[in-house]
Amino acid sequence: MEIKVLGTGCAKCNTLTKLTKSVVEKCGIDATITKVDDIQEIMQYGVMVTPALVVDGKVVIKGKIPTALELEELLTK
Amino acid sequence: MKQKILAANQNLNGWLFPIILIPIWAITYINLTNISNFFVDSVFNLTKGQHLTETIRFFIFEVPKVLLLLVIIIFAVGIVRTYFTPERTRDFLSGKSLFTGNVLASLLGIVTPFCSCSAIPLFLGFVEAGVPLGVTFSFLIAAPMVNEVAVVLLLGLFGWKVTLIYILTGLTIAILAGWLIGVLKLEKYVADWVYNVKTGLQPGDDNKIAFSERIKMGYSQVKEIVGKIWLYIIIGIAIGAAAHGYVPEDFLGSLLGKEHWYGVPVAIILGVPMYSNAAGIIPIVSVLIEKGVSLGTALAFMMSVIALSLPEIIILKKVLKWQLIASFVVIVATGIIIVGLIFNVLM
Repeated sequence: MEIKVLGTGCAKCNTLTKLTKSVVEKCGIDATITKVDDIQEIMQYGVMVTPALVVDGKVVIKGKIPTALELEELLTK
Repeated sequence: MKQKILAANQNLNGWLFPIILIPIWAITYINLTNISNFFVDSVFNLTKGQHLTETIRFFIFEVPKVLLLLVIIIFAVGIVRTYFTPERTRDFLSGKSLFTGNVLASLLGIVTPFCSCSAIPLFLGFVEAGVPLGVTFSFLIAAPMVNEVAVVLLLGLFGWKVTLIYILTGLTIAILAGWLIGVLKLEKYVADWVYNVKTGLQPGDDNKIAFSERIKMGYSQVKEIVGKIWLYIIIGIAIGAAAHGYVPEDFLGSLLGKEHWYGVPVAIILGVPMYSNAAGIIPIVSVLIEKGVSLGTALAFMMSVIALSLPEIIILKKVLKWQLIASFVVIVATGIIIVGLIFNVLM
């Protein structure tokens, strides 16, 4: 699984990165997590509000930080 | 059975919990004066009329009042906002003519969820989708200026008249400044790369979610925003309370009263470099007024702190050339000066 956290370095984006890492670790998901802070690359995903989460090329979360439970559901289904 | 309990438990954490809190909220709010007086006069047993007593009374009354108002209004606004997504606002504004577009953009700026850290992607998204530059600016000026936190604090500390004045003049500045930027055709001063960005913008989703889900989102907005600003509010009100008790009335009147025309520009020059949010600045401004600063000057100070800030200007530098940034700052600052002067003359 390929997970990307989109965000231009605001506090929320870092929180989302941390949260994603901990959920991935906790559930033992085989995934690579990368942080994307280049605005041009972010725009390619059509995201207007950061932070956003992209899983395998698809935007699953934008503009908010999910709860750990929501994120777990998103990543394990 | 276990399933049922689990579901009920989830509801309790989700939408049911905030609903249960509403009556408790109302009872506390209605009795707030009595509660704070009870603490000051009976529990702490302080002497009435002393500086320290009145400072503490002010603080003990204002902090819970503002926080309670904040919670209920952010909750309501949070629910309203689930109906407005940035994508829908963008689709709605794209191709709108000047002026009509500016009016709509300023109004939508109030209800569309917006965080200044998303200013750049939002700007790009709008411009790419064909929202005119001036209309985009109206949105970007109105969104931070007329926000629910500012409205709550104004309501709580100044009353509804000043709140209404602030909202209406704030909107007017956003509309006219955006309109002027549109009329001046400043598109060439947007950074060149902006027009070459390939965005994968999809049209806004139709956003159909259950109402219980919206309540949850409103509740999480409360947790997020109040969690972020409660400390600013307490510090702001503490400074306000100290000044309320100790600084003599009309102390600042001789310096920044309305008979001095330079009060307004000075307020703006002081306000722009200050980076604070509405939460920190409004309690302090309320005391400035009490101590003799005229309403127009205080309004100008507040607006310049909230709407024009150096960090935001630095963020915008990524997508705008300096000519456009300078025009933006000059136009908005002029608008604020005019508002300040008008109120100093009228009130």
